[in-house]
Amino acid sequence: MRRLTILAGAVAAGLTASPASAYMVYVSNEKDNTVSVVDSTTMEVVKTINVGQRPRGITISHDGKLIYLCASDDDTIEIIDTATHEIVGSLPSGPDPELFVLSPDGKTLYVANEDDNLVTVIDLESKKVLAEIPVGVEPEGMGVSPDGKTMVNTSETTNMAHFIDTSTNEITHNVLVDARPRFVEFTPDGSEAWVSAEIGGTVSVIDNTTREIKHKITFEIPGLRAESIQPVGVRITADGKKAYVALGPANRVAVINAETYEVEKYALVGQRVWQLAFTPDQKTIISTNGVSNDITFIDVATDEPVQSVTVGALPWGVVVSPN
Amino acid sequence: MSPLPAKTIKTEIASLPAPGFGLTAYLICLKGILIREGLRFLNQRERFISSLVRPLLWLFIFAAGFRQVLGVSIIPPYKTYVLYEVYITPGLCGMILLFSGMQSSLSMVYDREMGNMRTLLVSPFPRWFLLVSKLLAGVTVSIAQVYVFLGIAWFWGIKAPPIGYLLVLPALFLAGVMLGALGLLLSSMIKQLENFAGVMNFVIFPMYFASPALYPLWRIQESSPLLYKICLANPFTYVVELIRFAFYGQVEWFSLVVVAGCTVLFLGGAIIAYDPSRGLMNRKQDTGGNA
Repeated sequence: MRRLTILAGAVAAGLTASPASAYMVYVSNEKDNTVSVVDSTTMEVVKTINVGQRPRGITISHDGKLIYLCASDDDTIEIIDTATHEIVGSLPSGPDPELFVLSPDGKTLYVANEDDNLVTVIDLESKKVLAEIPVGVEPEGMGVSPDGKTMVNTSETTNMAHFIDTSTNEITHNVLVDARPRFVEFTPDGSEAWVSAEIGGTVSVIDNTTREIKHKITFEIPGLRAESIQPVGVRITADGKKAYVALGPANRVAVINAETYEVEKYALVGQRVWQLAFTPDQKTIISTNGVSNDITFIDVATDEPVQSVTVGALPWGVVVSPN
Repeated sequence: MSPLPAKTIKTEIASLPAPGFGLTAYLICLKGILIREGLRFLNQRERFISSLVRPLLWLFIFAAGFRQVLGVSIIPPYKTYVLYEVYITPGLCGMILLFSGMQSSLSMVYDREMGNMRTLLVSPFPRWFLLVSKLLAGVTVSIAQVYVFLGIAWFWGIKAPPIGYLLVLPALFLAGVMLGALGLLLSSMIKQLENFAGVMNFVIFPMYFASPALYPLWRIQESSPLLYKICLANPFTYVVELIRFAFYGQVEWFSLVVVAGCTVLFLGGAIIAYDPSRGLMNRKQDTGGNA
């Protein structure tokens, strides 16, 4: 009997070892001013990097060599070398940078300055500010179309998505969305921009040609009050078929059929789930769970949460190395 | 052969296979008891339904109501957050085994009151073999119930890793034998059918509630260190943990040792209690078949 159980245990141990390729996952921890480096295969924190105050938005250069990090309370963007895990420079971001997006060609960074109602355009090579674009009150969400021609910023208080032409750096369209828009994500074909509204509890799908809302996705979780469903981070798979939306204090990530806009599933993760990032092979999506101080790995094939890993205090943003 | 005291000879006779019976004969006897238990179960459809309804009520109603209140943090064997429904499922499997174990003890008391037990006990096979056969029959039936329950839970979206459903089988079996043996031991002490209510109050409910079936032990420890100690002294605690870890392909060694130890203890106790020469049965001679 006991032998049987031991055998069964051994079989299981063999089965659970997964041969996924290793990526480095970088998580910005807003409260303890660190970036946690997590190995995606072992799902363990391999290094903690001390950074500037209140690190939030985090992204990585296309070659995977440099990390850009918004140190909001230091009013700067820090550059971290992924080989040495050391801060190697900074960018003139303007005050209180919160979130940014890297242009598809990897040369320009578009930064939302929360306190200043500006979007700052930074040239990464010269580390110079190219333009400052006045937008609505409390800019936050930043998205850029795959062709790099259109950039979208959301302003949390004005409740608008501002469509900006990247060649002229001017606003061409303003689309009114629901309360407190937090995040913008373009579909891979560039035809739609998805804008999440934290207080409104919706995701607006905006047609990138007409610049009008073509669909509004709502969420409903049995047993949860509607107020606790606060959509923030949005990610869409490269094939454009599935979308993931982090629902804040609902502690769930909604899995949406990106073609029909139907919510297919709610995956349970840690508390106050904020941002999401895919691994480059798109087999896993990772959520940052601010209140429970951990990140959750979700299997994209089954949409089942696989494992949660404790990182620093108040994990906010997440990015995965491209190689 | 040196002369032995009369009592020892009696015991020797009771514990040795009766002369003239081969393995086949034993198997026939086991088969007979298995079939009887199976038939008894199948013919009592209410019992089948009620044995399923009980855990399902807990799963669908109790868990739905409490999932927001309790919340479950990450504790082994879980690697991430789980819904409360997922957390209590191993405990509910244990609950099915617990009720079944007690129910077979009830049926022993019933058999004794109705006189059916005589048919079983006059069998020429050794007493321990009859008891173990009865136990195995009961465990087989209750494991079938557990799998039906897990099947329904699967459709409700409560899923363990697929391999877990196979790996949990040895854990369920051992746990079933332990609880069945406890039932047998208790049945030797219960004089009348009416006393079964006492078993409910003093065995089933305390064992179930003072265990990690419904809430993690760390949470119990937070609210009451005394209750925590009671939970640690409760063999059902280890049944639940053994099943829970087995679902995720892990062996909780301490639980395994405790459950195996308790099985030996309870089964040994039951065999002694039902041994005509040791006398626990003697005290109840007047109830045997005279009801």
